[in-house]
Amino acid sequence: MAAPEPILRMRGIGKQFPGVRALDGVDFRLLPGEVHALMGENGAGKSTLIKVLTGVYEIDAGQIELAGRPVAFSSPLAAQQAGISTVYQEVNLCTNLTVAENIFAGREPRRMGRILWREMRRRAAELLARLEIDVDVTAPLSSCSLAVQQMVAIARAVDIDARVLILDEPTSSLDAGEVAQLFRVMRRLKDQGIAILFVSHFLDQVYEIADRMTVLRNGRLVGEYRTAELPQVELVAKMIGRELAELKALEDRPPEPDGAPLIEARELSRTGAIQPFSLTIHRGEVLGLAGLLGSGRTELARLLFGADHATSGTLRVDGKETALRTPRAAMGHGIAFCSENRRAEGLVPGLTVRENLLLALQATRGWARPLPRARQEELVEKYINALNIRPADPEQLVRNLSGGNQQKVLLARWLILEPRLLILDEPTRGIDVGAKTEIQRLVAELSGGGMAVLFVSAELEEVLRLSHRVGVLRDRRLVAELENGEQLTTDRLMETIASGAAS
Amino acid sequence: MTTAGLRRGLLRGRRPLPRRYVPVLVTTGLLIAMFAAGGVRYENFATGQIVLNVFVDNAYLLVVAIGMTFVILTGGIDLSVGSVIALSTMVSATLISDGWAPLPVIGLVLLMGALLGLGMGAIIQYFEIQPFIVTLAGMFLARGLCYVINTESVKITDPLIVALGETHVPLGPELWVSPSVIIALVVLLAAIYVLQYTRFGRGVYAVGGSEQSALLMGLPVARTKMAVYTISGFCSALGGVLFAFYTLSGWSLHALGTELDAIAAVVIGGTLLTGGYGYLFGTVLGVLVLGLIQTILNFEGTLSAWWTKIVIGLLLFAFILLQRLIGARGGQAPPTPS
Repeated sequence: MAAPEPILRMRGIGKQFPGVRALDGVDFRLLPGEVHALMGENGAGKSTLIKVLTGVYEIDAGQIELAGRPVAFSSPLAAQQAGISTVYQEVNLCTNLTVAENIFAGREPRRMGRILWREMRRRAAELLARLEIDVDVTAPLSSCSLAVQQMVAIARAVDIDARVLILDEPTSSLDAGEVAQLFRVMRRLKDQGIAILFVSHFLDQVYEIADRMTVLRNGRLVGEYRTAELPQVELVAKMIGRELAELKALEDRPPEPDGAPLIEARELSRTGAIQPFSLTIHRGEVLGLAGLLGSGRTELARLLFGADHATSGTLRVDGKETALRTPRAAMGHGIAFCSENRRAEGLVPGLTVRENLLLALQATRGWARPLPRARQEELVEKYINALNIRPADPEQLVRNLSGGNQQKVLLARWLILEPRLLILDEPTRGIDVGAKTEIQRLVAELSGGGMAVLFVSAELEEVLRLSHRVGVLRDRRLVAELENGEQLTTDRLMETIASGAAS
Repeated sequence: MTTAGLRRGLLRGRRPLPRRYVPVLVTTGLLIAMFAAGGVRYENFATGQIVLNVFVDNAYLLVVAIGMTFVILTGGIDLSVGSVIALSTMVSATLISDGWAPLPVIGLVLLMGALLGLGMGAIIQYFEIQPFIVTLAGMFLARGLCYVINTESVKITDPLIVALGETHVPLGPELWVSPSVIIALVVLLAAIYVLQYTRFGRGVYAVGGSEQSALLMGLPVARTKMAVYTISGFCSALGGVLFAFYTLSGWSLHALGTELDAIAAVVIGGTLLTGGYGYLFGTVLGVLVLGLIQTILNFEGTLSAWWTKIVIGLLLFAFILLQRLIGARGGQAPPTPS
């Protein structure tokens, strides 16, 4: 394929947010009739680049050319009118309207102001037939699967004469069959000469559909590659930013646990969130969960905590089958969950350290039996000291604490309950090195004391340093369970994540 | 598509009935059952004129409920309608007794209602305030204005208005309706056309389905939302005019609590309070159900008028639960964020 003129060319794009350089001198080009994947870890700048392109943000530096002419869009609508359509992960359609209406809403064929329903249905059916989507256009959109809804969104987008189609994580809530259907539609559009920018966390999907890919890291361009010429392992290394050879195993492994099974999951699953998995966690064991963002780590953890309902499979706690229907039930079994999103799901920023610390304990006692003040102060002091929370002032508002100390408060809140299984979802993300090592030390101590810990982290070194065993997730499937021993290195973990098989 | 769609849904037969028609069908069944029960229990009940009387007595409510349907379809609410009815009767009666010609007065009152609605819609849209609060303020404002005009009831003696109020339009042997019923039906047909066959009407459904999506699809959300409150204000004023025909008076205490009757009629007619689902045909049925309850209690004779409220209350509970059940079966679990 001789390289044709790019339909879209972005040069030296820079975008600054307060305190963050989100994009720094990024070049990007998109050829007509290709599927181009935009790759990078979370925070690499993928969504910023898309938002800059579609007019959600203005650029601080650089230029954008569409079909050779410089452009600057002031709004997504302006970008759409110029031929750049975007379909987001959440389908932005009205599920109460029919399929045909969703495609033509605001552009219905009319005569004298009267909507021509028959004409609209016929044209919608034609359009969907061209994309080989078999669906009744008179059916309400809510009766369609998410995949079909996504494709209706795409049909709407391309019918507005799109030359560039941006698909931002379109596959994240689709199952394998639906993804195949989506890819068929994408290939058809590609054959019609539409340039498609595709963002996905699923490496397999990227390798199946993309012709070329552009890798970003920390807001900078790493490079543009042909998919066929870049092995998956190298791609992962480029995304994470380290050469494989540099990554070496760490010395201090945790001692072997010697406990009875605490939790056993058998073929547990939740449709759209995680494929069936079987997993056993023993007393005093640290089980690490590794995998890229969106690989299903959090989803797995939420199932074990009862925050989501399993659609199939069984769960045993202490050898007895239990359905954990609510987090409260899980807490009753001594399971605690320290969430990834500490601001939104965990802490109450307007309350003091003391109040935040005692929230969960008080909840288990019930509001009718308040904890005596003396006992409160004793507990709070103990945990502030144990976790080295700074400032050591129980009456300080939590919103005034640094991220690392907030994380420690959240952790302490669950530790006060003395759980038997502690689920930590990304406990060290976004906090400074000092607090990080303290939390790691604490995890090791806790498991030494007999507590089981499920440790979810994107940092492979951290997972290796702490875990007795490591579960590897990929594309919402638990692909491997590895014993943490001499042979297990970050190298091998990364290969497992990339290839999807225990080698 | 309301009636036509309903018929098509029934005729298709084999195919499972679309879920969106279920509430309307339930209300239809309820109405038939009520009418049959009345016919069995009381002599002289099962006649055409009884049904027509329900229309005659509730023409104003039908018009108001039509406006309310537009608002509720976008997911909003309009609490001001009862007060706007009272204000309309008051303004009409006062101006006419001051010697104004009736037709310009009616035009003025309709304009006033529409402007009031537009004002509330603009506040809701541009200051992003809950419709509940804004229209609650509108409700107090309009009711208060009535007392500023006059604290007493004002009689209307204008011959044209009296004629409009008392004329019997014959429909057949011993069957008649009032001119108000014909006006209400014209409004109904116009509203059905607007909702089903214009971009604005479909925009009302889209905004009710998901305002955010409608915005991203490039629909004129702000205009649509302000328009529905304007329509509701207009319909309330027209309802007030019909109410003035009916009672031949203007009074501050007219139509107390009518906003709740209108909302009840819309909900019993199967329109979802969260917006996006519902048909005007259902609203007609809802108004008829409320009217028929009243008629049955009148026939019963010995029961207190508060039984109307009790029955309406129970029906509302039942219909809200029904909507919940239908919604729960249709809803997809939102995907878990990763």
